[in-house]
Amino acid sequence: MSTQNEITYAQAVRDAMREEMQRDDSIVLMGEDIGVYRGAFGVTQEMYREFPGRVLDTPISEAGFVGCAIGAAISGMRPVVEIMFSDFMSVCWDMILNQAPKMRFMSGGKLSVPLVIRTAAGCGTGAAAQHSQSLEAMLCHIPGLKVVVPSTPYDAKGLLKSAIRDNNPVVFLEQKLLYRTKGMVPSHDYMVPLGKAEVRRVGTDVTIVTYGRMTGISLQAASKLAEEGISAEVIDLRTLLPLDRNAVTESVKKTKRLLIVHEAVKTGGFGGEIAASVAESEAFYYLDAPIRRLGAEDVPVPFSPVLEKGVLPDAEKICAVIREEVG
Amino acid sequence: MDKQTALLLLEKMMLSRKFEESVQYYFSLGMIHGTTHLGIGEEATAAGTCLALHPGDDMFATHRGHSAAICKGVDVRRMMAEIFGRETGVCRGRGGSMHIADRDVGALGSNGIVGPSVALACGAAFAHKYRGEEAVSAAFFGDGATNEGIFHESMNLASVWGLPVLFVCTNNLYGMSTHISRAMKNTEIADRAKPYLMKSFTVDGNDAEAVFDTVTEARDYAVSSCEPVLIVENTYRISGHSKSDGNQYRTKEEIQRWKQRDPVRLHREKLLARGIATEEEISLVDRQTTEEIEKAVRFAIESPYPKVEDIYEDVYAE
Repeated sequence: MSTQNEITYAQAVRDAMREEMQRDDSIVLMGEDIGVYRGAFGVTQEMYREFPGRVLDTPISEAGFVGCAIGAAISGMRPVVEIMFSDFMSVCWDMILNQAPKMRFMSGGKLSVPLVIRTAAGCGTGAAAQHSQSLEAMLCHIPGLKVVVPSTPYDAKGLLKSAIRDNNPVVFLEQKLLYRTKGMVPSHDYMVPLGKAEVRRVGTDVTIVTYGRMTGISLQAASKLAEEGISAEVIDLRTLLPLDRNAVTESVKKTKRLLIVHEAVKTGGFGGEIAASVAESEAFYYLDAPIRRLGAEDVPVPFSPVLEKGVLPDAEKICAVIREEVG
Repeated sequence: MDKQTALLLLEKMMLSRKFEESVQYYFSLGMIHGTTHLGIGEEATAAGTCLALHPGDDMFATHRGHSAAICKGVDVRRMMAEIFGRETGVCRGRGGSMHIADRDVGALGSNGIVGPSVALACGAAFAHKYRGEEAVSAAFFGDGATNEGIFHESMNLASVWGLPVLFVCTNNLYGMSTHISRAMKNTEIADRAKPYLMKSFTVDGNDAEAVFDTVTEARDYAVSSCEPVLIVENTYRISGHSKSDGNQYRTKEEIQRWKQRDPVRLHREKLLARGIATEEEISLVDRQTTEEIEKAVRFAIESPYPKVEDIYEDVYAE
């Protein structure tokens, strides 16, 4: 009999790493302040004690240690690196763009890079424009990478286990505002497959496609709309690359309306890809209203809490768009 | 220098030279497309370094990486097929001239970006150390790469973590067209080891024997102490940077002077002068390497092109 425990999203991430490291000696963690500091967001905690020599504090050299992890992965290890804030991917962009995802292809399949890059993404902490971005769209433009954005503790654990066992470089975008949220997680070993979306709420009038922290916000909006007699289906993509296009088109064929919600800025955001894939599928002929997107305003993430909150999608904005769509 | 090593150095250098001359020729005929970065004149750095490595050691090369790959043991037929863009190429025609890799011989990739090979080599060295293997990883890079941030991040990481990496700088005096004196205040590249308290070696990169001996010593040190080393191999690129090079940045006289120090000829003369090998033995190597390259070209030309319908096969691993 499997039991369930209520744990936080951060603990789910930690438990996934702990269980995988107990199982496989080739897994090491590298990152800034993941040892005695216990991780900038407290994810790694006491792991440095439990796994001596396998939880490595690095110099502040993102390119250096991500490159090192890629080299180790090519050489048969399965490193999990932590980039403290996803914004810092900029200082090791060559590794994420030109190195990790290209090695397998350029070598005709002879090299592989089983690497996980965990990083804290998203705004809401008052850390302003260089510590708050949602950059997934840039990552999804790179064939050879996989891009995962978990929205619940259950998924965080199951998806991270899949990412660690995957033989490709996976960027795992943890949602920093979700680290302390709780959810039920089974104690037995389980995996959540990469590339599979999840229907979080079944509905008939409109499909909301979302991921990460906006999943919870979209569910709040769906509850509110239900009171008004509007039935919204909420799809959590969970993995953006590869994208579960089928889950989206099947839902749209049923509900005939589509709203895409993400925290990233709207222009050039991943919502455009979802909209386009529906527009070029047979689901297009089922649409009763234009496809809509809600993203953050096209500005750098502002500091003042009033502004930071103001530029983001929220349940009220979601409801307003859907009322227009359905009305 | 024992006879076997001496002849092997000669063979690998001749093979590298003839490989690149052949690539140049077929490129000029329009039978090879894209671009190529030839390292004619730098063969002693590749041969001396790679032959000093042991079978379990890894090697990461640069965009000018044909010789390094050949000297580490990549099959020249499959390399030639790669550069001809064929399915039988060592990377199935997906990588081409700048990305030769063959993990079976420890050639873990040539890089089209200046610098990152040094970081990847840190990771391979980390893996060796973690598994308790007596092995090193070697990263080739040019003088230009030592001005990249990743060079310094990797030198620092390797020294603070004690990683057995050989940082091999083939200093050919130019970063594309920019002379080293216009790119760095202190052109003594070995000095760049000092802030990292790293041992360094500087060697005449046109003297294959000297490179071999230096890298042998450096490797012994790296393995026994589990520390990185910086090896600066001073050489010169007689060929242009790439196919587009108009040689506006250097004089004919300078190129001519370096041709006098052609590493293949220097090594050959040394073998004869010291009585290590006879004319006949050297001619045999000459003939055999020519034949090997001719066979490689035939193999490449007769090989099929890859199929577009297979293009998704190696994007992701299962």
